[in-house]
Amino acid sequence: MENIGALAILLAFCLAVYSALCSVAGRLAKKPFLVVSAQRAVYAVFGLLTIASGLLIYLLLTGNYYIAYVAAHSDPGMPTLYKFTAWWGGQEGSLLLWSWLLAGYSAVVMWTNRRRFRDMMPWVTFILMATETFFLTLITFPLSPFKILIAGAKANLVEGQPQGLNPLLQYPAMAIHPPMLYLGYVGFTVPFAFAIAALITKQPGDEWIHTTRRWTLITWLFQSTGVTLGMGWAYAVLGWGGYWGWDPVENASLLPWISGTAFLHSVMMQEKKGMMKVWNMVLVSGTFFLCILGTFLTRSGIVSSVHAFAQSSIGNYFVVFLTVGIAATIWIILDRLKYLKSEAHLESVVSRESSFLFNNLILLSSCFAVLWGTLFPVISEAITGDKISVDKPFYDKILIPVGLFLMFLTGVGPLIAWRRSSLESLRRAFMWPSLAALALVAGLCFAGVYDHPYALVSFGLCLFVTVTIALEFWKGATAIRAKNDMNLLRAAAELTHRNTRRYGGYIVHMGVVLMFIGFTGSAFNKDRTVQVVPGEDFAIGHYNLRVTDLQDGDNDNYEWRTVAIAVRKAGEDLGILHPEHRFYKSSNQPASEVAIRRRLNEDLYVNFAGMSSDNTRIVIQAYVFPLVSWIWLGYYVLLAGTLICLVPPKVRLAYARTEVVGIVRKREPVEK
Amino acid sequence: MRVYAKFAILVVAIVGVLIWLAAGGISETKTYYKTIAELNAMGGHARAQHIRVGGDVEPGSIVRTASGVSFTLKQDALRLKVVYDGVDPLPDTFKDGSQALADGRLGEDGVFRAGKIQAKCASKYEAKPVPRNSASL
Repeated sequence: MENIGALAILLAFCLAVYSALCSVAGRLAKKPFLVVSAQRAVYAVFGLLTIASGLLIYLLLTGNYYIAYVAAHSDPGMPTLYKFTAWWGGQEGSLLLWSWLLAGYSAVVMWTNRRRFRDMMPWVTFILMATETFFLTLITFPLSPFKILIAGAKANLVEGQPQGLNPLLQYPAMAIHPPMLYLGYVGFTVPFAFAIAALITKQPGDEWIHTTRRWTLITWLFQSTGVTLGMGWAYAVLGWGGYWGWDPVENASLLPWISGTAFLHSVMMQEKKGMMKVWNMVLVSGTFFLCILGTFLTRSGIVSSVHAFAQSSIGNYFVVFLTVGIAATIWIILDRLKYLKSEAHLESVVSRESSFLFNNLILLSSCFAVLWGTLFPVISEAITGDKISVDKPFYDKILIPVGLFLMFLTGVGPLIAWRRSSLESLRRAFMWPSLAALALVAGLCFAGVYDHPYALVSFGLCLFVTVTIALEFWKGATAIRAKNDMNLLRAAAELTHRNTRRYGGYIVHMGVVLMFIGFTGSAFNKDRTVQVVPGEDFAIGHYNLRVTDLQDGDNDNYEWRTVAIAVRKAGEDLGILHPEHRFYKSSNQPASEVAIRRRLNEDLYVNFAGMSSDNTRIVIQAYVFPLVSWIWLGYYVLLAGTLICLVPPKVRLAYARTEVVGIVRKREPVEK
Repeated sequence: MRVYAKFAILVVAIVGVLIWLAAGGISETKTYYKTIAELNAMGGHARAQHIRVGGDVEPGSIVRTASGVSFTLKQDALRLKVVYDGVDPLPDTFKDGSQALADGRLGEDGVFRAGKIQAKCASKYEAKPVPRNSASL
């Protein structure tokens, strides 16, 4: 069985190499049959990897512990769901997942474009399959998931005894977090492949952007989902009472998301104004390489991290791939600069163009700051010989002001006119939002919230953006209502349907606003650690907690000990929380199951940290997290907004876009 | 071209502010990675800096008190006594025999005062297993 799996991977590797080479050879020698053969090989690669993945899953589910991977990441006591998710629970399996997803995406690209872009497609195939070849190299040679445990080579196992999936990963959100993130990571290969193929074949204009726009959005949605699930998991499982710790691995997932967001915005400049073409090339390539870098950071253990997976030798493979890939990309962009000339000029600092520009500047700076902080230990060691790391305050110090500025642009950008805006129109557009924001800040100050200036500004800006978005819907919907005689709600739906990208985009912005409200809540967190005996009371925030019971028990997977904590607030009974402490048998690891009372205004979060060293007192960590739920709520709004953007609009809008060959300095104003 | 000059000024101003913030952030929070041996070699010099020191937690050395947790880090024959008094709970992976990183400063008395502990469980991922210890439950 394991031989068939290894063989399937080996064959897939050979076919990926064949497909990449054949595709280019066929294009250059003008032999269409070679190109077609290369594209069929892509389907074969996908089929073979599906077989390999299926076999690995079968081996995991049926418990074939003579396979090294199965023994290291699964055990008989685990629920079936986690036996399945062990597929991506370790190094080898998750690289197989990467390759399988890329092969799947490639097959979809081949199928949907089988009759289009005949001169670009061979290059698209080449880039997709070259990337596939790289990942298959890893699981064919150094990291095969189908290795057998041979007697004498069991250095890391107790007599071949299965070790089980890391208990921290045995959580429902974590079961789908890696595939979501990978769907996002891997998906960015496709826009990148189209962008580079367009450059190689000297495609004029922005053909590749039209083909990959929807693709980019879906990919971005997967990334957002992956990152948010990761946050939800960290919050509910890791038990340190937060959702983001600026750990290198978390940063690795955030980096391509930020640059992808920048790309989604700047792409509009190219579509509507024919500007920022070089910049878009740089962004799409940058995002792709950040995805690879992210995989590299997670997989190689180059930056020390709490949940970095392994110290391993695959780092060198990644360094080679990244170096070659980045060098080739820079070369091709420089070589094709003359095909990327901008079709218009910036005309005013106060214009839609300029707000896009600053949006990109801000997103890119935050991306760079996070990258810099993540790689600082590596960079400083290379330069000074001292390994120096930076910590949470570094990120807070830069990213809080950056985030606030970005929030400001979110409100301002969509309302400024293209080309230039008059003071009068600015006053009209921003009077109400600004007044609302100022009133809120004044009200909060009056209510006694003035020791967190950033939080005040943040709440003010959130309201500012909310009002601008609400006004946009209001203005559009009332116009439609007047014309078509429908109620306001239907008119708003109609409005959204007519221009899904614009109004879907506003809803995404609204989701981000809600998330920002949640982030801002962290300025008011409370925490407390106590050692108590059953029957003892302690207080945190408005809550009064009493430990009423301590129980323990045992099942196939883990031993557990749980405390019952009765929660009271102002004399009213709010129920009982049951935080639990577990000890997973096969992996010899303890883990906490925190208990959270989730409410919109604040979460009460209780962790049973264990017993005091004399084993008589219970150590409890209690936290109050205001507004955390708004983050998860914001995510659902963001999800809905992105899905709306993906719906084809009812009315095809013809954007005024002058086709120019040369560069025209002055042009007549165009109606939008 | 005056528009572009205005843009250039704004961009430079924004980037400048960010670099200033970043430089401040780095100098405030920078932490030196040291091994116990390197820490000893630094002598009195070590007390001036924020340091992250790594090692294995010596089995049986973890003592929880009301004010914090104390334990001993070991690296081959070297030992370093560490007192943790931070606010965050210790990670689940922190237990006898695990690899731990402690962030903090070296005190005058030679005891390392840590404000943050990170731990990687030694039994998982390519490392040797540690004996089962139910007392840590």
